[in-house]
Amino acid sequence: MHPARKQRLILVVLLVALSSAAVGFVTYAMRSNMDYFYAPKAFAAGEVPFDKRIRAGGCVVPGSIVRDGSSLDVRFALTDGEAELEVVFDKILPDLFAEGEAAVVTGKLQEGGFVRADQVLAKHDESYTPPEVAESMSGGASCHGDPKI
Amino acid sequence: MEKWANMKLSWQWFHRLGSPRWFYQKTSAWLPWLGAAALLLLAVGCTWGLGFAPQDAKQGNSYRIIYIHVPAAFLALAGYYIMAICGAIGLIWKMKLSFVVMRAAAPIGAVLTFVALLTGAVWGKPTWGTYWVWDARITSMLILLFLYLGVMALSGAFSRELSGDKASALLALVGTVNIPIIYKSVDWWFTLHQPATLKLTQASTIDPSMFYPLITMIAGFYLFYAWVLILHTRGLILQREWRTQWVRELLGQSAPAAKA
Repeated sequence: MHPARKQRLILVVLLVALSSAAVGFVTYAMRSNMDYFYAPKAFAAGEVPFDKRIRAGGCVVPGSIVRDGSSLDVRFALTDGEAELEVVFDKILPDLFAEGEAAVVTGKLQEGGFVRADQVLAKHDESYTPPEVAESMSGGASCHGDPKI
Repeated sequence: MEKWANMKLSWQWFHRLGSPRWFYQKTSAWLPWLGAAALLLLAVGCTWGLGFAPQDAKQGNSYRIIYIHVPAAFLALAGYYIMAICGAIGLIWKMKLSFVVMRAAAPIGAVLTFVALLTGAVWGKPTWGTYWVWDARITSMLILLFLYLGVMALSGAFSRELSGDKASALLALVGTVNIPIIYKSVDWWFTLHQPATLKLTQASTIDPSMFYPLITMIAGFYLFYAWVLILHTRGLILQREWRTQWVRELLGQSAPAAKA
């Protein structure tokens, strides 16, 4: 290869490597801020502030959904396998919200250690199956929607 | 000594590849085949995916947007590498054609990124319950759109064409860091976007009856991308080389009296 071209090749490789390293360090420094939500164990560990709007995500614990008889409130628990977090919500839940499925809620952490949510989003999983196949496979213990939870 | 002569020979084809005229003439024969194959695969994949693939157990019919969303996102990422690598070749070998391909790839990639974002938003409303969230996957994809738009703007911002080529190639190269971030964002951070369905190392988590139309659409999008990229490159070549003899002959004009 011509020396001048070789030099330009080295410069191009350096440019890509150094800019990647720079962006890599910045994202590494901000890694916790890049998370879209807190896992329930972060609430249990007291890492979540009380006075700020935060998001929590986890698997909706089967059997935990309770509707209040006198108001629109619905209570449910999110889990990441280590800790549980109670959530209260008074609006319409998305269609794909269900027990055993992942969900992400936005709201404020209350004094009682639960989150009063003003938005609940369903986090659907990455598997696609026809209804017949899904029926024959049902009974899986792990949470759909997030292998990390 | 003989080895050196061979080395020189092997680089020659590479330099000939850099001739816009050679590229234009060579690709004329490919275009109808490429276009027909792309349209055929897209038609088969669309009909199969939208009409014959089964419903999803949880999402019902709304999952079918995957047949546009995933191929568009695939090509938005792959197209960025094509653009950046063409920029690098242009910078290193000072190859005009390579810069032309880089310029041609930018708007196509921008459109594909926009399609991926738009179909994702349309899909997000019925499944997640929202059109848009600022999670790592969606935000990094938006940055990709801005990178494409930035390369387009920068390549046209100079009165000297070569300055625009070089500046936008540098931006394209710096932006490559975003591609692995987009790809791995769903694994590195908590995101609302689900992890990848099509996996390189493990079994994909999609039923075969839904997977085959999806892979047909992805193949169709690749061919469509190649077709559109070559078409756009040819257009840009004619624009750049309009003064030359071969373009004037091609367009049926008489050669200029005095050559500049």
